[in-house]
Amino acid sequence: MTAFEPKDYKSAVKPVWCPGCGDYAVLSSLTKSLAELGLAPHEVAVISGIGCSSRIPAYTNCYGFHGIHGRALAIGAGLKLARPDLAVVVAGGDGDGFSIGGNHFLHACRRNVDLTYVVMDNRVYGMTKGQPSPTTEPDWENSAMAPHGTGVQPFNPLAVGLAAGANFVARAFSGDPNGTARLMTEAMRHPGFSLVVVMSPCVTYREEEREWKALVRPAPPATDDAAEAARRLMSDDGFNIGVVFKGHRAPWTPRADASAELAEIEKDFSI
Amino acid sequence: MPGSVSIALCGSGGAGVMTAANMLVDAAAKSGWHALFWRSSGPQIRGGEAAAMVRLSTRPVESVDDTTDILLAIDWQNVHRFAAELALSPHSLIIADPSAGEVPEAMARSGARIAVLPMKDLAQAIPGGRANMVGLGAVAALIGLPTDRLTEVLGASLKKKHADAFDASVAGVRAGAEAAAGLGPARPLDLPARTAPRWAITGNQAAGLGAVRGGVRFCAAYPITPATEILEWLAGALPRLGGVFVQAEDELASINMCIGASFGGAPSLTATSGPGLALMIEALGLAVASETPLVVIDVQRGGPSTGIPTKSEQSDLDIAVRGLHGDAPHLVVAPQSIADCLATTRWAVRLAETLQAPCIVLSDQSLGQSRAVIDAPAAEGEPGGVRALAPPTEGAAYRRYALTADGVSPMALPGMPGMQYTADGLEHAETGTPSSQAADHAAQMDKRLRKLAIHNYGPAWATVEGDGDIAVVTWGSCTGAAREAIARAAERGVRARLVAPRLLSPARPAAMADALSGVSRVLVVEQSHSGQFHKYLRAEYDLPGRVETLHRPGPLPMRPGEILARLLEMGGHP
Repeated sequence: MTAFEPKDYKSAVKPVWCPGCGDYAVLSSLTKSLAELGLAPHEVAVISGIGCSSRIPAYTNCYGFHGIHGRALAIGAGLKLARPDLAVVVAGGDGDGFSIGGNHFLHACRRNVDLTYVVMDNRVYGMTKGQPSPTTEPDWENSAMAPHGTGVQPFNPLAVGLAAGANFVARAFSGDPNGTARLMTEAMRHPGFSLVVVMSPCVTYREEEREWKALVRPAPPATDDAAEAARRLMSDDGFNIGVVFKGHRAPWTPRADASAELAEIEKDFSI
Repeated sequence: MPGSVSIALCGSGGAGVMTAANMLVDAAAKSGWHALFWRSSGPQIRGGEAAAMVRLSTRPVESVDDTTDILLAIDWQNVHRFAAELALSPHSLIIADPSAGEVPEAMARSGARIAVLPMKDLAQAIPGGRANMVGLGAVAALIGLPTDRLTEVLGASLKKKHADAFDASVAGVRAGAEAAAGLGPARPLDLPARTAPRWAITGNQAAGLGAVRGGVRFCAAYPITPATEILEWLAGALPRLGGVFVQAEDELASINMCIGASFGGAPSLTATSGPGLALMIEALGLAVASETPLVVIDVQRGGPSTGIPTKSEQSDLDIAVRGLHGDAPHLVVAPQSIADCLATTRWAVRLAETLQAPCIVLSDQSLGQSRAVIDAPAAEGEPGGVRALAPPTEGAAYRRYALTADGVSPMALPGMPGMQYTADGLEHAETGTPSSQAADHAAQMDKRLRKLAIHNYGPAWATVEGDGDIAVVTWGSCTGAAREAIARAAERGVRARLVAPRLLSPARPAAMADALSGVSRVLVVEQSHSGQFHKYLRAEYDLPGRVETLHRPGPLPMRPGEILARLLEMGGHP
C-alpha cells in the first residue's frame, strides 16, 4: 500500500475563512485522518452544503460536491448508496445541518448509511455575517437579527443524533487537531452513520468562543449503551471531548440482488 | 371513432367495479382489441364509490370518446359525483339493476335508454355469485366479446387458488350473457384476427420501464399521488436489475440523493407531482450548475397547492419550463400517450446523460393512472450509459467544466485516479474552482446554454402529422384527442395538421417554423385554465395567421368532439 501524507489531501485553493477560524484546524485534522486511514484521495468524496465550513471540499484534493444549503447528507447518502466502494465524508456547519437540514439529519441517523458526518459547530451563521444558529445560546445578543437574544433553547445535536439512531456519536474540539483527527479516523472506521461534532470557534462573530480551549476536558470512555450515552449527553455541559457512543447496528444497504434480466420483468405486461 | 365502444361501470366500494373493468380490458386484449381504461374515484383512501371507464377499439386508443355507449350500474351509490365524467347522451344505454332503486335524475336526464337487468337477483341464484360478474357477462355479450375470453381471464386469476370463486364467476358471466338478449340491440365490435403481441400497461408503469430501459439504476423518491405507481414499480424492478431504490424522507432528499448518485456515475431518476416538483426546484438549479445528469418525472395533477390530487391537468408547464431561479437551461419533455410514456422517459434519460443536464418529464394523471392495451414495444438493446467520461489526464490538471465546442465537458467519476474535482453550485472556472468573475460566469453560462441549443434532437422533438392549412398545436395527453378530432374533421372535408412538441425546452424555432409552414390558422389546445401552453408558444415561436385557443382546466378530459367543433368552425363547415 502506498503511504499517503496529509498534504496529499490538500488542494491549492485558498480558503475563504477568516484568520483564526477553527475550520483551518478541522481541515488539517481531516487530511491527517485520511492519511492515517491510507485511503487514496480519489477513493474519498467530501460532500457539503452551504456555509463557511461547507467550503471544505474544494480545499481537499479528494472528489467533492459543494451542493445547496441543508442537503449535504442527502447528496452524500445518494453517492454512498450508488457507490459503496467510496469513502464518503459529509461536512458542514450547525446551521446547514441542524436548521435547514434538520430533517435530513434525523433521517440520516436512523437510515444509518455507512458515512461520516463532520459538523463544524461555531454556534453562529458566519457567511451571512453573524446571525444566531440552532446551537446559539438563547441570551446571545450580538446579532442585529436577534438584538435581545433568541430566547430559544439550543439544539443538542449529539443527544438528538443518538436518539435518532446514529451508530457513532463523538464531540471534538478544533483546538486539539490531533485529537480531532483520531476521532475522525475512529468515526470513519466505525460502520454505519458516524456523527462527529467539532466545536470550531468563529473568532469573527463569536470572539468569546476563544475561551473554549479553557473549558474543554476529556469525556469518559465511550459506551455502547445508548441509555447511558443519553444520560451523559443530557447532563454534561457540552465541553466533554471524545467518543460518547459506539453502537453495533449494521449499516443499511439497499437490497440489490440483480436476479433478473429486463426481458423477464417485462413479461408481466404481456397479455 | 367507428370501431370503438365506450363502457362505464359504476358502483359502491366493494361492488367489484374495478375488478370487472380490468377483466374486461384483459379479455378484450386477448380478443385482439386495443383498450384504454381510466377511472374516477372519490377522495376516500380505500373502497368507496368509483367509476371505471373503458374504451375498446379495433385500433390503438389514445383518447377517451365524447360519450359513453353503455353505462353498467351495479348500484347508484353517490354516482352524481361522476355525472360529468360519465358523459351520457341520448345514444347511451344504461343497464340498471331494479333492486338498486330508481335511476338517479342526473343520469336519466341525459335521455339515455334505460334497460333493466336484475344482476343482484341473478347472482343470488348462484352459490357465491356476484352481481359484477353478471353485469360483466351482459356487457361482453352486447359488444360481441366471447364469453370464453372472460373465462380465460378468470381462470388466470382465480382457478388455481380459488376454484369455488372461479366457478361462481363463470356462472355469473354466463347468466349475464344469457340475459343480455333482453337488453335491446347489441353494439358489437369487429373481432380482428389476432396478430401482434399486446401489452396491458399503465402510463406510470410505462414511464418506470422507460427509465430502466434508458439505463436508470438509482431512484430516490417520496410517495405522492398520482406518481406513486412509478415508484412502486421501480422499487420492485430496480433491485432485480442490480439498481438501488430508496424511499427518502421528503422530495428535497429525493432529488439531492439522485444528484449524489449521478455524481457517482449512476443514471438517476425521481418521480413526483406538482407539489413535489415545487420543492425540487432549487436542486434542479444545482443539477444545471453542477452539470449533473438527472431525470424528474412530474405526473401532473390539478393545482395549485394540494389541488385535485387524483385528477389530471396540464398546469405545471410554467414551473417546469420557467420555474428555476437564475438563467438555468434545462430539458423538458412530455409524453403524448401511455405507450409514449415509455419512449419519452427513455429518451429523457438518454438526453440527460448525454447533455449532463436535468430533464423534467411532464406526464399527467390521465396518462399515468390509466391502463392501455398497446402493441408490444420492440425489445430493448443494451441499456447503455451515454455519458461522456473523461479520459485519464496523465498528470495534467483535469478541467471538469472545460469549455468545449459542443458545450459538453467529459466527466470524471469518483474513483478515477488523478481526476479529482469538486462539483459546485457556485459559479466556477473550468476547473470547478469557485469564481465570481464576469468572464467565468459568461463562459459557463454560454456553455450550459450551448450544449442544449446545438444538440440534434432528431424527429422525436415533435409529432407532426398531415399538411392542412389549419394546425392544431397541442402537447402531452391532449395529443390523442387532437389526432382523433383531426381524423374526424378530415371525414367532413376540413383538413388540419397536428403539431405536438414532445421537447418543450429548449425550444426549436427552426423546426417549428418548418412544421407550421403553409399554415394560415392555428388552434392551440391544452388543459390549463390560464392557457400556459399558448403563452409559452407566443414567447418561443412565431405562430402564423389567425391563432385561436381551446384551453380549460382539468379534471375533465379533453374530448375529441370539443376540438372537432372548433375545427369545423375554423374550416367554415356548416
